[in-house]
Amino acid sequence: MTPETAILVAIGIPLVGALAIALAGRISPNLREAATAITSLSLIWVVWGLLPILMDGGRPSVEVSQVMPGLTIAFTVEPLGMLFAALASGLWLINSIYSVGYMRGNKEQNQTRFFACFALALSATIGVAFAGNLFTLFLFYELLTLSTYPLVAHKGDAATVRSARIYLGVLLSTSIGLFLPAIIWTYTVAGTGDFTTGGILAGKLNDPEIGLLLGLFVFGVGKAAVMPVHKWLPAAMVAPTPVSALLHAVAVVKAGVFTITKIIVYIFGIDFLFEASSSQWLLYAAAFTIITASLVALRQTNIKRLLAYSTIAQLSYVVMAAAILKPLAEVGAAIHMVAHAFGKITLFFAAGAIYVASKKTEIHQLRGIGRRMPWTMAAFTIGALSMIGVPPTGGFVSKWYILAGAFEANNLVAVFTIIASTVLNAAYFLPILYMVWFEREKEGGKEHGEAPFLAVLALCLTALLTLAFFLFNGPVIELESQVVQGLG
Amino acid sequence: MDLLAHLPALQVVVPMLSAPLIVLLQPRGLAWAGATAVAVLSFAIAVALAIAVLDGQTLEYAMGGWPAPYGIALSVDAFSALVLLVITGAAAAALLAAKPSIDQQIEVERQPLFYSAWLLVLSGLVGIVVSADAFNIFVFMEISSLASYILIAGGPDRRALPAVFKYLMMGTIGATFYLIGVGLIYMMTGTLNLADMEARIGDVTDINPILVAAGFITIGLALKAAVFPLHVWVPNAYTHAPHMVTVFLAACATKVAIYVLIRFDYMVFQATLDAHEIQFAMFMMPLAILGILIASAVAMFEGHLKRLLASSSIAQIGYILLGVSFVSIAGLSASAMHIFNHALAKGGLFLVVACLAYQYRDLRLDQLGGASTRMPWTCAAFVVCGLSLIGVPGTAGFISKWMLINAALENGPWGWGLVAIILVSSLMAVVYIWRIVEALYFQTPAEGEAPQSEAPVQLLLVTGLVAVMNIYFGIFPQVPLELANSAAALLLEGSR
Repeated sequence: MTPETAILVAIGIPLVGALAIALAGRISPNLREAATAITSLSLIWVVWGLLPILMDGGRPSVEVSQVMPGLTIAFTVEPLGMLFAALASGLWLINSIYSVGYMRGNKEQNQTRFFACFALALSATIGVAFAGNLFTLFLFYELLTLSTYPLVAHKGDAATVRSARIYLGVLLSTSIGLFLPAIIWTYTVAGTGDFTTGGILAGKLNDPEIGLLLGLFVFGVGKAAVMPVHKWLPAAMVAPTPVSALLHAVAVVKAGVFTITKIIVYIFGIDFLFEASSSQWLLYAAAFTIITASLVALRQTNIKRLLAYSTIAQLSYVVMAAAILKPLAEVGAAIHMVAHAFGKITLFFAAGAIYVASKKTEIHQLRGIGRRMPWTMAAFTIGALSMIGVPPTGGFVSKWYILAGAFEANNLVAVFTIIASTVLNAAYFLPILYMVWFEREKEGGKEHGEAPFLAVLALCLTALLTLAFFLFNGPVIELESQVVQGLG
Repeated sequence: MDLLAHLPALQVVVPMLSAPLIVLLQPRGLAWAGATAVAVLSFAIAVALAIAVLDGQTLEYAMGGWPAPYGIALSVDAFSALVLLVITGAAAAALLAAKPSIDQQIEVERQPLFYSAWLLVLSGLVGIVVSADAFNIFVFMEISSLASYILIAGGPDRRALPAVFKYLMMGTIGATFYLIGVGLIYMMTGTLNLADMEARIGDVTDINPILVAAGFITIGLALKAAVFPLHVWVPNAYTHAPHMVTVFLAACATKVAIYVLIRFDYMVFQATLDAHEIQFAMFMMPLAILGILIASAVAMFEGHLKRLLASSSIAQIGYILLGVSFVSIAGLSASAMHIFNHALAKGGLFLVVACLAYQYRDLRLDQLGGASTRMPWTCAAFVVCGLSLIGVPGTAGFISKWMLINAALENGPWGWGLVAIILVSSLMAVVYIWRIVEALYFQTPAEGEAPQSEAPVQLLLVTGLVAVMNIYFGIFPQVPLELANSAAALLLEGSR
């Protein structure tokens, strides 16, 4: 298989998988789960097969159709997209293991629709990752929104449908109302939307307009959840936990920050944007989101909502890192996507495992639960420490790079924000950890043990990955350094 | 002369002459088979014509060998070929799917008459498109209108009768206005041939009758095309017609009137009347914008599935007119493209309605709860066509919206205002389409309205095919795009 066909196959596998899952679901649940497993394994095989080519500096690309002159559906694999695709496909496998345990343990309805839409969402994710121009990216970005809607609305009761409507409403209206005009503007000014090293807008736009276009992009990509377009993320928490774990900690939200990073690096170009004074606001917007979301997280009583606000803050870390506009910080942005993915998926897995085992959803109910669910809570602890950025977890590595970039740019706002948010992260995670391990359970609670084996297995795996990323991050950094080679 | 040269005539003659023969096919099912065969053959002719004019040439045909401007002239260029594809495609697709639905709605003994009227509508519509002569356009317009009154009133729904009466009244007024306009021009120029008309208007010394004629023709056709606020006949006519008739007419009937409107205003008046483009744009653009916004808003609050889609059609006609009113190549090709893409999307949606109606008697949204569990394929087709109507990238609808936005941006700074209107109305489309999706997928089924199975395979196959085409033409739009581009060039630069 040539790398060019591999790109198309990678997008096609989950599509075919979705169909196979839908058909197999009519025969037997076991066959359906087998279809999911085969699909995700073959996706990993194809996507990770592209890694060596990228490491050697290859940039495989393929054009599917020229829709209109200048407007093409085309794919190019570059380091950022490669990392994102590898991350999403790898975690999908673990998430599928977890989903089987969770969905069966919870006796959820409509499981076939759930797994089929999940596969569809992965296809869209890979499409976003490999998109070679803005138009193609937009196409898969919208597909991702639409394919995740049934997952968010999964329960189907009135409250869920209302939340799902917020989800769809915010994401679609920002993308059509702001993102699309920004894309049109870019095509009109630059005549192309291809992701090009060094950007395509240099010299074609002047100062106030640069800031405006950047604003259309940043707030149009609602998936990045930069305040004030973050409301959809807490709303999406009504979804079953595997959805929150993979999509609303990894695939969907990372598609957002990935898109913003890619636009900054390949559409504007970091040097061009660094020179423009009207692009400065992005750093402050991201910093504001980090601090505010952390403060809101402090006041949450529901586990998943707390994690959602923590995610909003962590996403803006990536945006802020990208907005520092220095090579080291761009690498930090890419690494933080990975580090946060491992940590946050672990936390969500743990929250779901707690729900399956005990039906507990609130933080105050967690007193002493560490004794009943030691494995789950150990993983939860590792995830929480990674969010704070304590070594030896992955969160430390990315914070290190972002800080280094901030110092390189002499950017004290970024430095201060990182320090302040670390304190805030500690302030909302450490009390929970204390409660879980050192307080006594309330009398008369339900007797329960660990969650189903598959769920526990999955969350232990991701916790291990969180630890492992602290030690074995070399290849990732090497790959992402290619993005900024020859810059700065 | 080879066969290709006769195709413009055959396009009209084949359905017209088969129509009376269909009446003779009394045995059960035969009338359907005959009409379908004729419609498919017409579609094949339209495809052949489209291929022939793809390189931008125009096919001229003189009936009986009498040359224009004296004889009856037919002509087919890229624009007509595109519209012919839409008409014959809609007729063929609707007929291919129609049998189960028609059997359910129309008594067997009246079916031959019904199919015969269907072919008369078809021949009338294609006749309008291929005619190069203003009076023949009127004749074909009457043929198609009279026959379509029969189709709409032919169903079991008695409410169709007042709806048809309203349609008949407004349609007749529209046709009369058109005829008055044509008469005035004939009085001043002595010709009915469109190309000849353009040439001779320049010699007319007193221009006032021509201006009056332009007004009559534009308004008459706007009535036929259901341009806001002359659209009031549409919702009831579409809602109470037999479901397959709605598929056919919603996909192409109003678009043919727009086609004539564009033909007249661009080919006859544009080059000959001073400042015509400004008058035309100033008249059409506000109506288009109002139509887009108001009809979309109405659709957002409509509770009946068919009526909702009918309102959306009025908004979509607004898009087509908006592109036309830019008086630019980009705008015209966007409009031509939207004629094609909207027919795909709306035809698909009404096919889904026909599928649903096969199982549900009541098509109000609150009765359709949970249809997705029993009719998964139907509902999936609805989602795809609905996305195309919204204009989500990857579907046909996106292509024309993108072209329309680009055309709007050519209008300088206030082009961004138009872009804002297009985007806002797209969001309104999201709302009304999503209300239906929520009803189909997430609403609990209403009491006693649970269908036991999918729609018949025949209906379902065609519906699925149209849904797939909505995606195909969103990724590979090259062929209709080429036709639309050369249509726009022909219309505006008059290179014929």
